[in-house]
Amino acid sequence: MAKTSKITKPAPKAAPREPKTETKLEELQTQRERKTVLMQGNEAVAYGALDAGCNFFAGYPITPSTEIAEILSAELPKRGGVFVQMEDEIASICAITGASLAGAKSLTATSGPGFSLMQEGIGYAKITETPCVVVNVQRVGPSTGMPTSCAQGEIQQSRWGSHGDSPAIVLYPDSVKECYELTIRAINLAEKYRSCVILLLDEVLGHMREAVCLPDMANVRVISRIKPTVPPHWYKHYDENQKYLSPLASFGEGYRFHVTGLTHDQLGFPTNKASEAADMMDRLRKKITYNIRDLVQIESYDMEDAKIAIFAAGITARAAKAAVAMARHEGIKVGLLRPLTIWPFPDDAVRKMLRDVDIVVVPELNQGQLVREIQRLVKDRSDSKLIKIQRVNGKLISPVDILRKLKEAI
Amino acid sequence: MKKNYEIRLSGSGGQGLILAGIILARAAVLDKHRVTQTQSYGPESRGGSSRTDVIISDQDIYFPEAVNFNCLLALTQEACDKYLFDLREKGILIIDTTYVKNLALAAENTYELPFTEIAIAKLGSPITTNIMSLAFLTKVTGIVKEDSLQQSIAETVKPAFVDINLKAMQIGFDLADNYGK
Repeated sequence: MAKTSKITKPAPKAAPREPKTETKLEELQTQRERKTVLMQGNEAVAYGALDAGCNFFAGYPITPSTEIAEILSAELPKRGGVFVQMEDEIASICAITGASLAGAKSLTATSGPGFSLMQEGIGYAKITETPCVVVNVQRVGPSTGMPTSCAQGEIQQSRWGSHGDSPAIVLYPDSVKECYELTIRAINLAEKYRSCVILLLDEVLGHMREAVCLPDMANVRVISRIKPTVPPHWYKHYDENQKYLSPLASFGEGYRFHVTGLTHDQLGFPTNKASEAADMMDRLRKKITYNIRDLVQIESYDMEDAKIAIFAAGITARAAKAAVAMARHEGIKVGLLRPLTIWPFPDDAVRKMLRDVDIVVVPELNQGQLVREIQRLVKDRSDSKLIKIQRVNGKLISPVDILRKLKEAI
Repeated sequence: MKKNYEIRLSGSGGQGLILAGIILARAAVLDKHRVTQTQSYGPESRGGSSRTDVIISDQDIYFPEAVNFNCLLALTQEACDKYLFDLREKGILIIDTTYVKNLALAAENTYELPFTEIAIAKLGSPITTNIMSLAFLTKVTGIVKEDSLQQSIAETVKPAFVDINLKAMQIGFDLADNYGK
């Protein structure tokens, strides 16, 4: 009871605000040390977001993603940005979508339970073609699961979690440096393709510290949304053009547009017309398929002469890389194919891999989510060539685990 | 040093092992090595088992978890029992005899000291046990420079606690110098 009585006390009068002395962005950037430092994955995400121009964060802190919110709560106000701690994750995704419509580059960070709550909001951002980024630092599930243990359980959820056949752009780093780079890329792709981009991290990666040297700002490529150049009465919120990239006006700039989660026409007004509904769905799909080369990124490691390929993402790919080195040392020709973009799935690269090698090993920290996609692409559907390594107890798959399975298969 | 040098610091939550791991990793960065630091702990802030792995190398480090340690620090019996068998042959074992009473295996290079008791006796509190044992480890393994460790402590801990931690570090160094004498 003592606790609640505290709340009823009248709030102390706010101290008169000091005149805002905003530090210039350039100054802050030069202030930051450009040397090799010890940095955590979550920290790298936060600095990547800032360097990509993120100026709005709304979220509800959750292990193992908390440090992202913690750092941005300190850094965003310094740069004139906004940090809001929301009441829950549904509000968080809605807030970043709204902020983006008002012109902000917005981001939120969460983990499994919050990611599930955000699914409807993610669909709303996708159908309204509003740029925003959701960082999901995966932990063991379902439900609250094991907050401080590692899993890769949201590979399929990040693709199919939101209802209604929407497209997805999902990136997956494997090192602290890549956390930084792919956060920038996620924000850039969100702006360019006007969509909700998801960045998946593993718990171990979010919490891991590594020696990294971040690049100079001059070498960071930042993309911002295309602004309309037409007079306001000509503006269409969902304009058709080549490559399916349409300009986006912000609220308050004099352009009038309607935003709804209902299926809409080019002006944004609800429609039930079959032709307009088909146009809208086509545009959402073609944005991805027409630009697949720009979206897909893949790392090929020791694959030139490989007879066995390991296909893995995130932290499991690091174990795989160590396994490749160990196997090569023993004269076994193994390589690694690692997707940095998991959605859209790198179908072409995987098809080529399946043509070139005899055995494919798919280690993952779930009960078979990446391997489904490989199975989809294996023509004969025989599992003899496919070695699955799956683990969901919170422990990592080690290089020796992979090496042992791989030797059994030969 | 070319290949991965794997260190596991283990004990229970609240003993400051993850902080010690961060300090060691930062010292390795100052020495221009490659390094990864990972951690494993329960959702509770005190109690439960806690460990951190630091891998220091001059090559790329792929897998960031220590599987076959060159050095193991165990501050509780439970941690010692759990991880002792993953210590490499000729690996260095450092135990806090305040809590570790039984050794399931006779490791070749074992260092036994009641770190917690020493911290209480000399600095009046067990909270610096982590830094004291880390300094001992640093001296015994020679894995990072002593100056780097000192700088790393000063950069990492809160300003109000720098002095007491540097004192603990010095005690740790002295313990290593006088060990077995």
